[in-house]
Amino acid sequence: MTILAQSNDENLSQILARYDHNPANLLQILREVQESQSFIEADSINYLSQQLGISRADIEGVAGFYSFLHLQPQGEYRVLFSDNITDRMLGSQLLMEQMCQQLWLQPGKVSEDGLVSINTTSCTGMCDQGPAMLANGRAITRLSHQRVQEIGQLIRNRTPVADWPADFFQVEDQIHRSGPLLDNQLTAGDVLRQGLLLGSKAIVDVIKESGLRGRGGAGFSTGLKWEACRNAQGDARTVVCNADEGEPGTFKDRVLLTRQADLVFEGMTLCALAVGAQQGFLYLRGEYRYLLEPLQDVLQRRRERNLLGNNILNQPGFNFDIAIHLGAGAYICGEESALIESLEGKRGVPRNRPPFPVTHGYLQQPTALDNVETFCSAALAIQLGDENFRAIGTEKSSGSKLISVSGDCPRPGIYEYPFGVSVKQVLQDCGAVNTRAVQISGPSGMCIAENEFHRKLGFEDLPTAGAFMIFDDSRDMFGVALNFVHFFAHESCGFCTPCRVGTSMLKQTMDKIAAGHGTRHDLNEIEHLDQVLQISSHCGLGRTACNPVLHTLKHFRPAYENRLKSLDFEPAFDLDGALARARQMTGRDDAGAHLKSEGI
Amino acid sequence: MSDTFQLDGKSVPFEAGQTVMQAALAAGHYIPHLCYHPEFKPHGSCKLCTVKVNGRTMASCTMPAEANLSVESDIDELNDLRRTLVQMLFAEGNHFCPSCEKSGNCVLQALGYDLEVHTAGFRHMFPERPLDFTHPDILLDFNRCILCELCVHASAEVDGKHIFAFSGRGIDKHLIINSTSGQLKDTDMALTDKAMQVCPVGVILKKRVGFSVPIGQRRYDKSPISAQALVDAPRTGAVHE
Ligand SMILES: Cc1cc2nc3c(=O)[nH]c(=O)nc-3n(C[C@H](O)[C@H](O)[C@H](O)COP(=O)(O)O)c2cc1C
Ligand code: SF4
Ligand code: SF4
Ligand code: FES
Repeated sequence: MTILAQSNDENLSQILARYDHNPANLLQILREVQESQSFIEADSINYLSQQLGISRADIEGVAGFYSFLHLQPQGEYRVLFSDNITDRMLGSQLLMEQMCQQLWLQPGKVSEDGLVSINTTSCTGMCDQGPAMLANGRAITRLSHQRVQEIGQLIRNRTPVADWPADFFQVEDQIHRSGPLLDNQLTAGDVLRQGLLLGSKAIVDVIKESGLRGRGGAGFSTGLKWEACRNAQGDARTVVCNADEGEPGTFKDRVLLTRQADLVFEGMTLCALAVGAQQGFLYLRGEYRYLLEPLQDVLQRRRERNLLGNNILNQPGFNFDIAIHLGAGAYICGEESALIESLEGKRGVPRNRPPFPVTHGYLQQPTALDNVETFCSAALAIQLGDENFRAIGTEKSSGSKLISVSGDCPRPGIYEYPFGVSVKQVLQDCGAVNTRAVQISGPSGMCIAENEFHRKLGFEDLPTAGAFMIFDDSRDMFGVALNFVHFFAHESCGFCTPCRVGTSMLKQTMDKIAAGHGTRHDLNEIEHLDQVLQISSHCGLGRTACNPVLHTLKHFRPAYENRLKSLDFEPAFDLDGALARARQMTGRDDAGAHLKSEGI
Repeated sequence: MSDTFQLDGKSVPFEAGQTVMQAALAAGHYIPHLCYHPEFKPHGSCKLCTVKVNGRTMASCTMPAEANLSVESDIDELNDLRRTLVQMLFAEGNHFCPSCEKSGNCVLQALGYDLEVHTAGFRHMFPERPLDFTHPDILLDFNRCILCELCVHASAEVDGKHIFAFSGRGIDKHLIINSTSGQLKDTDMALTDKAMQVCPVGVILKKRVGFSVPIGQRRYDKSPISAQALVDAPRTGAVHE
């Protein structure tokens, strides 16, 4: 065995030891291998396979699922530009081109000297301070021409990312309006003391009575969920906090985890008390890797204060602790059953339901899984009491809600409102003018136009997980939909036929229209695909993947029609495009190297 | 007395734990399906078996049967959907039926005929998927894989070998082989494996048997899949978890 191989095995065995050689921690193990080696080598997979007793194909399959894990050599420096529409609107595409030129490489490829690779990634959750990127997994905000140039220099000089200027990594909270969640002055442990006085059943009753509904999108009654989990048959219960926050345009969980981590953990521990769970997980999206250490510090502090661990607050038998698992670049892992698969160290594929996580969740045991903001709101409901909590917001949407505002406005950032605030009000508060459309709750949500700005955020009217992306009248709404269609195709898990194939076909057809080769026939095909996605997809991703196109077609049909050719049918195969590679290889781009006809 | 539900207006008895698909097939009612195999836990990925229950669409192979459900299956809307899904699967891979050894025994092709899929419907994607012909007895033609996961389960659960798994995501999802080389020759796959028998399409093939049964006399040449599936279905008590 060479020295190199030996030290690799040593590195791996240390990682394995940190994760108790537990196959359920496979994703976390792979993530650490990736962090230490820039890609996961075949030898490492063989070693892990022996040590964990999982087939090497299964390990490769897991690694192959997540965008941030690589099985092929990558650059020493791996740069990923956030590719949300809001980043694009702030000029991310030009910046990426600039960097590629500066470092002499093409997007998606590793530079010849193996130094760097540059690519795009789905929204990194920095929409209010973009354009953003990840450099070796670390979030960088507020990219500018100058900043990109500096980064290029640092890479050329092989300066370790850890030594780059600290202000590159500055992530601001940008809170412009706060309320009972963001202003919360919780003294750690107070909610738990109240909870202990109430008793577990009464906690569930207060949460039910408070009318609290899940903040992650679906809006299920949190109290009913906790009650079902509490009543489910099982030996070991689990509480899971969904901090995957993958919906483009959403970044409020990031701010809660930065500002109100204690409130989040207090809510989780409260839930554990209510349902009788001993084990908890925070599933944190990989893009928020920089939050891992600060969050672990908070957890450690809570352990020291007897707010986690055994006999919490000296209550015999109240045992609960929280581990943080990081995602690795897969939007689908925000879907609850895919998240649980991922927690178990597998490919993040949504399960067949029923059974639901409340009865068969983590390791098939009863699991209460909620969004970050839901746990904060549950803690708030105990602080205020159900009546006072219900007094905030509207009848069917009680409590307050964090809105992540981005796009065309002078004051992007976080706004906390009681439910029931109108779109118009939010636009006014953030200073938006000449607004053409707002994308509510991200690509999977709703795109609304000016005639609907009187509508209200809340479960009665416009349900939202928090994203609020603003487009003014200079924006092309076809381009917005195109960006979202690419997002869904990239993030489809590939399990079911309609979504795996349908999102990809939708992307091809939208690209064809974007390239100026679209016809009426293509619009019909889009509508057909949308319908198939909507009725037959396995999970919410596929079922909502058609929304961006459906909604923009409804409001902004001319944006599509103006791009169509008058022809009824246009072949998707672009002859001139097919010659692009030959042109590139021969270094030619003169008129003679192009076909004259447009299309065929 | 056993409970019943309604399928296209007909009463279907079921036993606790059965899915809508299992109960329907056992009672002699056909619902089109592709990834469902009576001997394995339902996968629920192809979505050909989609039915409508109280106005909501869901996969019947994974949906637990419940008393008094009203299930619609043989209706235009759903048969249209099924045709589209078959077209999508044909477009996703590379299926040249006339030269495929599985022709006539292929579930995808048989469904195409039975559902009367007459046109391509979509532009084909022509993915690049190299064959694996490294094994002395077995050929893998990934061009036809519909990602049903049956070989994965057969190999792991029946053969105890774990030869297959999936990697990639979305349209890049693909079957991989459990060996460092990634090739079948470096596994202990054998002709007698259950994994040899379960592929509904023409991916996992025995070498050197080219067309020993002439086209025209094969499984779905003799009777359409809608009849054949009922012959194959276990009559009672097919329950998988
Ligand atoms: C494709 C997809 C992505 C999702 N992403 C998230 C997410 O990032 N965060 C989240 O809290 N919920 C997400 N959800 C919703 C979860 O499945 C689940 O409903 C939610 O976490 C439950 O918590 P709640 O009741 O507190 O809202 C997603 C759902 C789907 C279908
Ligand atoms: S709808 Fe898409 S994301 Fe959901 S299971 Fe199907 S392929 Fe996966
Ligand atoms: S090889 Fe055959 S059995 Fe295996 S997943 Fe592909 S289609 Fe299914
Ligand atoms: S047969 Fe039900 S999803 Fe494939």
